[in-house]
Amino acid sequence: MPMTITEKILAAHAGLDRVEPGQLINVRVDLVLGNDITAPVAIKEFRRIGVEKVFDRERVVLVPDHFVPNKDIKSAEQAKILRDFARQQQLTHYFEVGRMGIEHCLLPEQGLVGPGDVVIGADSHTCTYGALGAFATGVGSTDLAAAMALGEIWLKVPESIKFVYYGELQPWVGGKDLILYTIGQIGVDGALYQAMEFTGPAIETLSMDGRLTMANMAVEAGAKNGIVPPDEITLDYVKGRARRPYRVYQSDPDARYARVYEFDVSKLEPQVAFPHLPSNVRPVSQAGHVEIQQVVIGSCTNGRLEDLRLAARVLQGKKVHPDVRLIVIPGTQEVYRTALKEGLIEIFIDAGAAVSTPTCGPCLGGHMGILAAGERCLATTNRNFVGRMGHPESEVYLSNPAVAAASAILGRIAAPQEVL
Amino acid sequence: MNQLRGKAWKFGDDIDTDAIIPARYLNTSDPRELAAHCMEDADPSFAGRVQPGDIIVAGKNFGCGSSREHAPIAIKAAGVSCVIAASFARIFYRNAFNIGLPIFESPEAAAKIQEGDEVAVDVESGTITNLTRNEQYRATPVPPFMQEIIAAGGLINYVARRLNG
Repeated sequence: MPMTITEKILAAHAGLDRVEPGQLINVRVDLVLGNDITAPVAIKEFRRIGVEKVFDRERVVLVPDHFVPNKDIKSAEQAKILRDFARQQQLTHYFEVGRMGIEHCLLPEQGLVGPGDVVIGADSHTCTYGALGAFATGVGSTDLAAAMALGEIWLKVPESIKFVYYGELQPWVGGKDLILYTIGQIGVDGALYQAMEFTGPAIETLSMDGRLTMANMAVEAGAKNGIVPPDEITLDYVKGRARRPYRVYQSDPDARYARVYEFDVSKLEPQVAFPHLPSNVRPVSQAGHVEIQQVVIGSCTNGRLEDLRLAARVLQGKKVHPDVRLIVIPGTQEVYRTALKEGLIEIFIDAGAAVSTPTCGPCLGGHMGILAAGERCLATTNRNFVGRMGHPESEVYLSNPAVAAASAILGRIAAPQEVL
Repeated sequence: MNQLRGKAWKFGDDIDTDAIIPARYLNTSDPRELAAHCMEDADPSFAGRVQPGDIIVAGKNFGCGSSREHAPIAIKAAGVSCVIAASFARIFYRNAFNIGLPIFESPEAAAKIQEGDEVAVDVESGTITNLTRNEQYRATPVPPFMQEIIAAGGLINYVARRLNG
């Protein structure tokens, strides 16, 4: 019975020889994750179950990252619930301000996720870890509470959709453009309840940072998980990093897929998602004249080192447009430190940008970059829903970091080639 | 209570979790505070005018976006008795069951029910009755395993029973 990589990982964690799409199974989890928005609700529900301890103190990860450093008293109270719980449960992986990062940048970097893992997180972008060849999916707080107690979760085995990307990518085109283009093609419910498997020559040459960006946005197409079959790039990344043994799974050549999409991406331009859906995508050359007041470079989608390097290449020796605020947020302390050593932070500051400690703040309209009515922001984040970054009458556009940097310089949505 | 009844509030496709409860209010998880801002960015008048028992009727992909359980919590705490949609985003679907907010998938009901219609839903059979238009629609049946969770009174009770015998 041939299986996809997603089916194989789920079968192994359910103690079954094989599984089929639609089957309801109980799955052992390798890691569960919560943040300062979702974990307080989960901790309350966990206490209602009536067990003393989490299933494994090394496998429950708490990262306060959404409203930190705490923006007000209420968010401080929420973060304190995590801190107190982490101490009481003696959790190995609790990441305090100053030693943390945006959860989905942090966990892969710290080697907490490896190929073949099952990870659930009370954050929709938990699907990011599929880039490492893991099954990873977002759930809510009550599911997190149950998983913290049981070390397992019930799941429906998803059908898989195979995406094959052919061709060599143009300069300034990367993982963000591939995933925006894909969501533009299939829509925000184009992979509802399904697994998105990213394959093909263009993926085989894509960096790990680019793959993490792609898997991150699988949920924006409604998918349960996104996944990239592990290869040399995956193994190079996890080598010396992984804190637990891992196992590489591959889809069988004759595995069954609900659909197969084949895209020739050799002529693909950088993509821009217009308000108010991530599927509302156009090539940057067809963006027209869109003036912007703010640019955000960061988030769990594009806050990694490669992203900051791209932005710095565009911004070096240039100035941010006088009418634009550019906010740059390294995804983790480690990204921040390396960016500092490489001189990237200096480039940003010289250009006139604000550089922040890691936080999800602006991406979800939390803090550090809220928009007023009528304002437009180009962001490297993952969502551009109504009111996502502030006032319901503001607008968010999504792009890769190079387009975001070029746009910050020109004060309108622009391609990198226009400033270089 | 097997019969839910109320006035329909109609919304379109892809109503996301930011529209249901904007993140700017997520520095708390108090259901009453969340209810006060329910659906705010889709219809700012909703929270002030919704009546106990009222029903949200929406198009496809309701609840897309964030995993925030605050979204179904806000809807439930606002007094909404159930949500009927052509389809639901998967995390919202799970969350609604887990916290005991009844939801029904019915493309036909989502298309035919109009704003303000009086609607009754039989929870067990999944039969949706439009009292204003004298029509009936069927909801997609819920898998037996999920019915077990509902019968136990939500996921936490289900897990507690399993762990504590």
